[in-house]
Amino acid sequence: MEQILVNGVYLGAQYAMIALGLTLIFSLMNVLNFAHGQMYVIGGFVTYTIYGQLGIPFVVALFASCFTLAIIGALVERYLFGPVLKRSAREESSMLLAAGIALLLDAVILLLFGEKQRGVPKIVDGVFNWDFRIIIPYDRIVICCLAIFCIVAFIAFMQYTKTGRALRALAQDRVACQLMGVNVDRYSTIGFALGALLAGLVGGLLVTITGVNLGMGTPTSIKAFMMVMIGGAGVISGAIAGGIILGFLEAFGLAYLSQYGDITYLLIFITLMVFLAIRPQGLMGKPWG
Amino acid sequence: MNLTLKSKLLIAGGFLVFVFLFIPFFISFSGRSDFYFTLTSVALLSIASAGVWLTFYIGRINIGQGAFSLIGAYVSAILVMKAGMNFWLTLPLAGLFTAFVSVLIGLPILRLKGVYFAMITLVLTQVVTLTALALPITNGARGIVSIPLPRELSVFGVTLIPDLGTMDNPKLAFYLISCVLMVLTYWVLYRLVNSRLGQICRSMQQNEELASSIGINIAYVRIIVFAISSFFGGIGGSMFGAIAQSVYPSTFQVKDSIDFMLNCFLGGLGYVFGPLLGTFVLYFGWDLLFILDKFQLLVYASIVIILMRFLPNGLLSIRFSNLRRKSD
Repeated sequence: MEQILVNGVYLGAQYAMIALGLTLIFSLMNVLNFAHGQMYVIGGFVTYTIYGQLGIPFVVALFASCFTLAIIGALVERYLFGPVLKRSAREESSMLLAAGIALLLDAVILLLFGEKQRGVPKIVDGVFNWDFRIIIPYDRIVICCLAIFCIVAFIAFMQYTKTGRALRALAQDRVACQLMGVNVDRYSTIGFALGALLAGLVGGLLVTITGVNLGMGTPTSIKAFMMVMIGGAGVISGAIAGGIILGFLEAFGLAYLSQYGDITYLLIFITLMVFLAIRPQGLMGKPWG
Repeated sequence: MNLTLKSKLLIAGGFLVFVFLFIPFFISFSGRSDFYFTLTSVALLSIASAGVWLTFYIGRINIGQGAFSLIGAYVSAILVMKAGMNFWLTLPLAGLFTAFVSVLIGLPILRLKGVYFAMITLVLTQVVTLTALALPITNGARGIVSIPLPRELSVFGVTLIPDLGTMDNPKLAFYLISCVLMVLTYWVLYRLVNSRLGQICRSMQQNEELASSIGINIAYVRIIVFAISSFFGGIGGSMFGAIAQSVYPSTFQVKDSIDFMLNCFLGGLGYVFGPLLGTFVLYFGWDLLFILDKFQLLVYASIVIILMRFLPNGLLSIRFSNLRRKSD
């Protein structure tokens, strides 16, 4: 039981971080970022290249992942999403663009990094063992703590800095925000870059445990969508709640349902559909986003 | 849009001649019979895309058509393999079963709007894939393979469709049948859009609350439209399974659902034949880019992005935007 709870916390922390980036982009631009999973994979590959292949310290590799993704995010917003959202008759057109970008990033990953599964050496050796009730490798503990630290830092950033306040205002009401003298275009770019940065950060963190490969992109996106739906789209607390709930569901499912075959996710999906039928806006979302 | 009846008939007739006469002659002349498979796929996928387009028409982004296509393909395959039924009988049954499932699923989820509906339908695709993996009747990941080719269909002793297993050129037969289905689908779609139901759909696309306040039973219309849309998906999927002679859980997955949506977007959401054009361009474009080898995906994705960047309202919007400006 303790083992399951610990696994749930560990999974929940990493999922919450993935969902945070997605929900940030969604709340600012009203764009469903299909490419989020691919951004995560790129983050993983950058860390793999710098830490795993060149042997440069892990922290530097993490920063490089964040930096790369922030630049990709900013460019994508400035030259693709921004203009399309302005010109399109229906804002759903951005979904095609997002799907196109997901394909493009897949192609770039394929050309630059190949399709093999890649892993990096452990950052910390050894396994934590408490009387055989909780067994967890030390590197997972480190990653979990780092993830929680990043989430707290992100919330603090959104809450107390000028940029964070501007982003929250932008998410609430774009026009009012512009009337208050906020440079809307600039902060959209910053927000998108920040969302992409979070994806890259998780990718960099998790490559040390699960490794990374080309095919991880779309499943990651789908999981992130689920978390956002559980918590409510465009709400930061909702994304965190959704991530933690999904983490615990998965941990319990893997522990108790694995003897019946691979039905954990099937049950989670069905539960989610029933849940959304009762409460369409998720746990903390505003009605109709 | 504002074409006269005569020119409409002319375009439709030209299209039919092109599809049913010109292309078979061209292919037999050039000997590229592999084009048959490509074009048959385009015809079938455009049927499923037509369904997605119809849900767009009531203002819902549907990324779940892959789920319904997969259900349709499995229903046909199971009825042919386990019950030994004629495929041509299972084809409408697959469509009806899919429509029935979509009513059950649609009742709760059609209350959702916008991005929420898009995400839940995306999840639905994943649910159906996982169900197909878990159920015993679908044979799990091994799928249902070596399905026999469709037998002959005759009504009162008159052979409508000959036995495809004994034909010299089943590819041509499949191509023609798929095209007939496609033409029927788009004819139905065209009639639907220009009927009273189509006008109701347009009003719901703009404002559902307003539509319901003038006495339209929006919940009922939503379900009907969603069922028709899924019926198209089921037919397309079932036929696809018959041509491939096998169905796997991965036959239609999330990527296919997204592709169906892209087809509609690319062709243009404001035009009935948008999904047809979109499917043709995307599928054929992908096949043509095969010569680029490993750069195929890169170039393909770039083209999609560039198209969206400069034509955010779809390929047909070149015309569409001019017309709109005139009417303003």
